[in-house]
Amino acid sequence: MKIMVAIKRVVDYAVKIRVKSDKSGVETQNVKMSMNPFCEIALEEALRIKEAGMASEVVAVTMGLKQCVDTLRTGLAMGADRGIHVETSGPLYPLSVAKLLRALVEVEKPGLLILGKQAIDDDCNQTGQMVAGLLNWPQGTFASKVVLDKEKQVVTVDREVDGGLETLCLDMPAVITTDLRLNQPRYATLPNIMKAKSKAIKKFTPEDLNVEIKSDIEEVQVTEPPKRKAGVILSSVDELIDKLKNEAHVI
Amino acid sequence: ISTLVLAEHEGGAIKPQSVSAVKAAKSLSNDNPISLLLAGSGSALHEAAANAASCDLSVSEVLVADSDEFSHPLAEPWAKLIHLVQQKGGYSHVITASGSFGKNILPRAAALLDVSPITDVIEISDPHLFVRPIYAGNALCTVRYTGAGPCLLTVRSTSFPVSSILADSKSNDAPITQVDLSTFGEDSVGKSRYVKHTSQDTERPDLGNARVVVTGGRALKSAENFKMIEKLAEKLGAAVGATRAAVDAGYVPNELQVGQTGKIVAPELYMAFGVSGAIQHLAGMRDSKVIVAVNKDAEAPIFQVADYGLVGDIFEVIPELLEKIPEKK
Repeated sequence: MKIMVAIKRVVDYAVKIRVKSDKSGVETQNVKMSMNPFCEIALEEALRIKEAGMASEVVAVTMGLKQCVDTLRTGLAMGADRGIHVETSGPLYPLSVAKLLRALVEVEKPGLLILGKQAIDDDCNQTGQMVAGLLNWPQGTFASKVVLDKEKQVVTVDREVDGGLETLCLDMPAVITTDLRLNQPRYATLPNIMKAKSKAIKKFTPEDLNVEIKSDIEEVQVTEPPKRKAGVILSSVDELIDKLKNEAHVI
Repeated sequence: ISTLVLAEHEGGAIKPQSVSAVKAAKSLSNDNPISLLLAGSGSALHEAAANAASCDLSVSEVLVADSDEFSHPLAEPWAKLIHLVQQKGGYSHVITASGSFGKNILPRAAALLDVSPITDVIEISDPHLFVRPIYAGNALCTVRYTGAGPCLLTVRSTSFPVSSILADSKSNDAPITQVDLSTFGEDSVGKSRYVKHTSQDTERPDLGNARVVVTGGRALKSAENFKMIEKLAEKLGAAVGATRAAVDAGYVPNELQVGQTGKIVAPELYMAFGVSGAIQHLAGMRDSKVIVAVNKDAEAPIFQVADYGLVGDIFEVIPELLEKIPEKK
């Protein structure tokens, strides 16, 4: 069984982002870019399943600009066997990504498609659910535990939901999206980074996959959120209780 | 314009966040018939439908899908249900609250309808213009929906607050209609099975809707110490929250996490103890009305968003608060 993992190149999570003054977006020039943390978790999970002898191959796929290949190489250095890059230009929204993924799934026929639950740039939290819908596959989103039963061809997923944890059992093939507590992703070691340089990356264009990239949404502007006005530093618990009681009237 | 609101219900009543979704629907346009869709099975569903019919004067219809398929919130049948009901009713908008339920189901339904969903909406400027946070709330993005198909939204309930359910003194009596499920095929159903749900039952108010939230960070150092936070919350009639670090360290279960990937809260009073204030955490609480931060590190970023800061040792401050805060009425 093959596992396909979708990965996205985003502004590194530790970067303090800056909104462009013309409100056209967030500055991404000369900013450190990395693999979306949730995608790292998705890839890590796929690698662990393979290392447990439950999968034969892990294929990492990404979509977007030429530079996304760097992120794909990081994925190969972590241990993915090969990569696929669908090169696109211009904005790419989750509906298009889901259609491209569906097309790749039809080529590769994986038993599992694992994605991060959301990307930390647009915070959409949509792609996994959408590709599952397009494929008519069952979905286990926000996974914090994944247990595969190769014999029965099912996967049991613990999901982090508002009211606690929910456990689902899905027939394979299935889509899983990963939450933060699923695992701790590994670092790529130097020998593996070297090895990754010779791993294969296959290129596609949306046309090759018969997917038309069009969009029904348009980004009008990106602005800074309103700032909270500076507060005061108090000197004692008594003062705090007094402020909460007599100034803020909240207790 | 007409709107379908997918509502969640529990114990025979619709959930507060679903009433917020109705409020968001009302802000789309003055002339906007709102249909509430409830699904499930059994008597609790019909009780909830009756409750939904009177929850807000602007609800013009309640649709009820009664089938065992909907006894658990599985995305496959629910997304299909939205698709079916939308195709029949031709709604221009479909809205649900941005909780784990809506986030799981609505994008899947959008894919079935071949439209782009817009998730986590915090402001509705006009029927096709929405504001949503990106980069953990460090930027706000205004998005225009230009599609020909229906516009699917999940809305943050904290941005569309409702003072109290059943605030309307005149009781509304929207008609309740059963959804015809005869064309609801079996093909997507049965590939996923609900196994179980685990949660910690507490008497405390729900984190997402509480008036006061008391949050602890890693500085609490242990699950044992975290009980101080719980005690303080009890005294204030507050919900308990936690940072990712505190959840990862195992002090409290995941459902208490506040932040970019956890719960988004906006209570009247948010008290953070031993919380440094990572941007991912601030994303989940920055809209709170009054923020109190107690941390021994005067440089902690949490103080930049706090209305009242206290630099001190939480192990001294919390016991003192417990002693001095007046008992809640």
